[in-house]
Amino acid sequence: MTLESTKQEDDMSTDTPTRAPHSDVPTGHKDGGRVGAGLFDPKQLVTSLPDAIRKLDPRVMVKSPVMFVVLVGSVVTTVLALKDPGSWFGWVIAVWLWLTVIFANLAEAVAEGRGKAQADTLRKAKTDTVARRLNDGAEEQVPGTELRIGDLVVCEAGDIIPGDGDVVEGVASVDESAITGESAPVIRESGGDRSAVTGGTKVLSDRIVIKITTKPGETFIDRMINLVEGAARQKTPNEIALNILLASLTIVFLLAVVTLKPFALYAGADKQTSLIVLTALLVCLIPTTIGALLSAIGIAGMDRLVQRNVLAMSGRAVEAAGDVSTLLLDKTGTITLGNRQAAEFVPVRGTTEAEVADAAQLSSLADETPEGRSIVVLAKEKYGLRERHQGELVDAEWVPFTAQTRMSGVDVDGRKVRKGATGSVIAWVQERGGEVAEDAQQLTDAISQAGGTPLLVALEDERGPRVLGVIHLKDVVKEGMRERFDELRRMGIKTVMITGDNPLTAKAIADEAGVDDFLAEATPEDKMALIKREQAGGKLVAMTGDGTNDAPALAQADVGVAMNTGTSAAKEAGNMVDLDSNPTKLIEIVEIGKQLLITRGALTTFSIANDVAKYFAIIPAMFAVAYPGLDKLNIMGLASPESAILSAVIFNALIIIALVPLALKGVQYRPMSADKMLRRNLGIYGLGGLIAPFIGIKIIDLLISLIPGIG
Amino acid sequence: MSPVLADVLQVTALIGALALVHRPLGDYMAAVYSSKRHLRIEKWIYRSVGANPDAEMRWPAYLRGILIFSAVGTLFLYVLQRVQDKLPLSLGFKPITPDQAFNTAASFIANTNWQSYSGEVAMSHVTQTAGLAVQNFVSAAVGMAVAVALVRGFARSRTGDLGNFWSDLVRGTVRILIPLSLIAAIILVACGAIQNFGDIHHITTLTGSKQAISPGAVASQEAIKDLGTNGGGFFNANSAHPFESPNGLSNLLEIFLLLVIPFSMPRTFGKMVGSIKQGYAIVAAMGIVWFGAVIAVTWLEYAHPGTASHLAGGAMEGKEQRFGEGASSLFSVSTTMTSTGSVNSFHDSFSGLSGGVLLLGMMLGEITPGGVGSGLYGMLIMAIIAVFLAGLMVGRTPEYLGKKISTREIKLAACYILITPALVLIGTAMAIALPDGKEAMTNIGAHGFSEVLYAYTSASNNNGSAFAGFGANTPFFNTTLGLCMLLGRFLPMVFVLALAGSLAEQKPVPETAGTLRTEKPLFTGLLVGTLLIVTGLTFFPALALGPLAEGLSS
Repeated sequence: MTLESTKQEDDMSTDTPTRAPHSDVPTGHKDGGRVGAGLFDPKQLVTSLPDAIRKLDPRVMVKSPVMFVVLVGSVVTTVLALKDPGSWFGWVIAVWLWLTVIFANLAEAVAEGRGKAQADTLRKAKTDTVARRLNDGAEEQVPGTELRIGDLVVCEAGDIIPGDGDVVEGVASVDESAITGESAPVIRESGGDRSAVTGGTKVLSDRIVIKITTKPGETFIDRMINLVEGAARQKTPNEIALNILLASLTIVFLLAVVTLKPFALYAGADKQTSLIVLTALLVCLIPTTIGALLSAIGIAGMDRLVQRNVLAMSGRAVEAAGDVSTLLLDKTGTITLGNRQAAEFVPVRGTTEAEVADAAQLSSLADETPEGRSIVVLAKEKYGLRERHQGELVDAEWVPFTAQTRMSGVDVDGRKVRKGATGSVIAWVQERGGEVAEDAQQLTDAISQAGGTPLLVALEDERGPRVLGVIHLKDVVKEGMRERFDELRRMGIKTVMITGDNPLTAKAIADEAGVDDFLAEATPEDKMALIKREQAGGKLVAMTGDGTNDAPALAQADVGVAMNTGTSAAKEAGNMVDLDSNPTKLIEIVEIGKQLLITRGALTTFSIANDVAKYFAIIPAMFAVAYPGLDKLNIMGLASPESAILSAVIFNALIIIALVPLALKGVQYRPMSADKMLRRNLGIYGLGGLIAPFIGIKIIDLLISLIPGIG
Repeated sequence: MSPVLADVLQVTALIGALALVHRPLGDYMAAVYSSKRHLRIEKWIYRSVGANPDAEMRWPAYLRGILIFSAVGTLFLYVLQRVQDKLPLSLGFKPITPDQAFNTAASFIANTNWQSYSGEVAMSHVTQTAGLAVQNFVSAAVGMAVAVALVRGFARSRTGDLGNFWSDLVRGTVRILIPLSLIAAIILVACGAIQNFGDIHHITTLTGSKQAISPGAVASQEAIKDLGTNGGGFFNANSAHPFESPNGLSNLLEIFLLLVIPFSMPRTFGKMVGSIKQGYAIVAAMGIVWFGAVIAVTWLEYAHPGTASHLAGGAMEGKEQRFGEGASSLFSVSTTMTSTGSVNSFHDSFSGLSGGVLLLGMMLGEITPGGVGSGLYGMLIMAIIAVFLAGLMVGRTPEYLGKKISTREIKLAACYILITPALVLIGTAMAIALPDGKEAMTNIGAHGFSEVLYAYTSASNNNGSAFAGFGANTPFFNTTLGLCMLLGRFLPMVFVLALAGSLAEQKPVPETAGTLRTEKPLFTGLLVGTLLIVTGLTFFPALALGPLAEGLSS
């Protein structure tokens, strides 16, 4: 690189910011903290139809008691229609009851269908590979499916890794896009927290030896396929509880309808209460809307996580995420940007800020660490010092930063400039017989107490070696974190920052970020103890982690999100894996969990509130002949008894399809207090559920009565 | 003073008195059930039955205590009626028939006090005092014990212990019901109610006909009849009889007695779970429904169309003629909504729609404010259902008072809410479909249906009041209604206690900003809404064919 060209480039770029510290703010929150979701394409309804029909198998249907009752009702009405083929009414009711069941299956099929597409992509990655197994140092070719735990396999550039394992030898760059969708390769090396490799990913360079840790068929990619396909789906505790309540409501309505027959016989309304009409009434009353959409809601919840590249190993974990009341967040990478950055230059007595800045920049040019880069950038931005390049200075002797010397600098034009850790620089100055300014110690102490890291800048020139000033390195809190934590607080979630820093530093950052609490100088044992303490108080704890030493805590936490970059021990211990390895995502996971529960509650409320209108449609239709006074209950003014019952049945079926997009997308969720949220959702789904069917049934009745021969 | 103004003053005085008393009474009851001390008489009782009052019980043990105690009580009461002719003070009455004796025993054990007999011409002094009156106390105390056990389930953590049944039973009787009814009885005597063990007076009336005037320990039984939400009158005419309720003041006092413990128990609950506000949310839900019904029935009765009604200023047939429309409506709503069943007017004579309101009052499960104890536990179960339905909408798995409502809890609550609708609907359907039931009916059409529906609703919900209109003293009705009363009383208790045990074992979930606030008006509204919708949906067809068909036809 020539001097001129660099200069030119540099001049041109002075007014464009070189650093973008907030480039890795959490994604998916650009629209004001709302959990968004994938789009629903009506075409999916058509493509999922065969699956929906396949699900009519009674052995499958019986798992949802509510819809099973509808299935039985469909069969009964069909038989009755066959016995009296001349009655159009029986046929129409039978058809709409079948449609009700099919619509319910369709909702589930559509939800599953979206997972299937992802599973297919994954399956492509899981091609049967040939593994190069090491057998006493000799290589042999075996199919990937024959690998056993503990086998050692060799992978070189271009090879597909045959199974999950840990790198035990070598370093390689690996393309994990098959799993994460992220095309940039990642480094995997033996030892430490970056040793885990996943079967199905591709080695791009170098050679590694992998120790297999998972049986074939149980690998990460296998589990992922099962999860997104819904094959591994089990009902979650809350889903089971809701199912019980729905089943008991179904029994209540069954009782109400069955006993209605003797009541009707007594009232002399035998003809109006045929088995077909009673079946229609029963289907309208039992909570079919939520019964039909319940499993779709659950699948869609998992799916929303998958869309954010998070794999939940169980639905239970997603539900627990909604209940979390304590979030443990690692400081580095979650709350702060990964690295400390220079924030200011503080001169000792007798020097100026500009002098310190100049020396600091000069001494940092040979420091390629992010901290070093940030010093150069700060000097340029704040003091207008043009960034000089190493090639610019002739005869300069560069002293690069090393972990041993903990200093960097340059010797040029008879001047020696150094910057580095306090102790190292003081030693350097004193070694050369120089004086350390009296206030240097005070300044560094002040910075430490404020939570920063001080670096000293020293210069040796004709006036002798001396300390010029201090660089204040600071953890930079990610943009928008304070607002996020405020939101969490409003949702009733306490945030605890975990850091290895000393308590002073930790407190300063905690205050700046606005977390509720912090754990300083945290060891894995401390973390574990904190989780247990919170859980003992009845709280649910969520955390992220990637290291092997995080594994016990990840397993202990109610929601443990392991980073995909982490060790296989961590991934095994957690109940979720974040493929993007973005710890901030924990907040989104909590929101998705809440959204899932809210959607369930909202549709249950809606479903039950709907029944009021259906009674007002059907009861007068059945009994107005026997007791004319009951015609006053026909407040919708429905055209005829037949059209009234039919309208209620049709509304009941169509509302399922109408709500499929909502079930898949989830109801809109905004962080707010429980009170506000309840008020809002009760208004929309409770009151809405009360009113909507009155309008819907009336409209359908108007349309039906237009058909000649009916009404 | 216009009748309407009198009614308004009456209701205001009643609410004022309840507001005044609920606090000391609620706090006192909390202290009684939390106290570690035993009174001398209590120690004597424990020794004589061999119970250890300090032994903590888990829910199966607690339930066992209730079932054994109640089974022994039923048997004793049954035998007492069957042999009353051989005992002293028999007044010459014959033994009660087996089916009626079963019905009556079930009725008084289950705190229902459905009566298929007329007290003054069937039951001897011994049966009335040693049998029926004793059960008036202890069956009420059993209800309160179960409520307290459930409250302890909420208040305690990480233990399965729910307290001691024997201690709760004895304390409820000795420290709460006896002293209160003593005070009430003295006031009633002061008002003119009778209290003696004399013989029947045979008198000749002014018109020359013979009349038998029955004596008895009326005032004391009257006090506990209302205080313990029992309802079984000494006389067939119940509180409309001048010996039971001599004047307007005693009428109001009796209404007050009906309501005072049920409306004070939420305070006890709040005190015991450590948040008075939670108690107020519950009492507010109870009060709103009760007050709404009072307004509705009173208005419907005043507004009843027809010449006779207009001349009388309201539908006066069958009403308490001495105190008027408002006092009748107020009494009727209060007695149907407290599972008491004592009456000062004929519920059968209320207009179709207000009859429907009275029915609905029982169908709600007797929880607004409900029977002593049973009102509170029933409302808490409904609160659990409401929390579960709406709690999901705040994005957390539902919790109430720091306890998670998950599979086990919802299973038990769902079983609880299934029982009474099943008994009411199946019972009514059987009665109108089977010849045994049909033959006893004296009215036809919608009104006849309402009468049968009322009987089974009243029995299954342990109310005990009747719509009359059919001869209930038949083997069919005595047996089926007796079963409804027993099942409607004790099956729910099984689920309540199991639930209490499950709650007590949990560790509490701390309250955060994300927790559904169950002490706020919004929750009270939600609770009322859930209660009305769930009950309404269950019983709408039945109500439509009875009271609505009758009331809307005019």
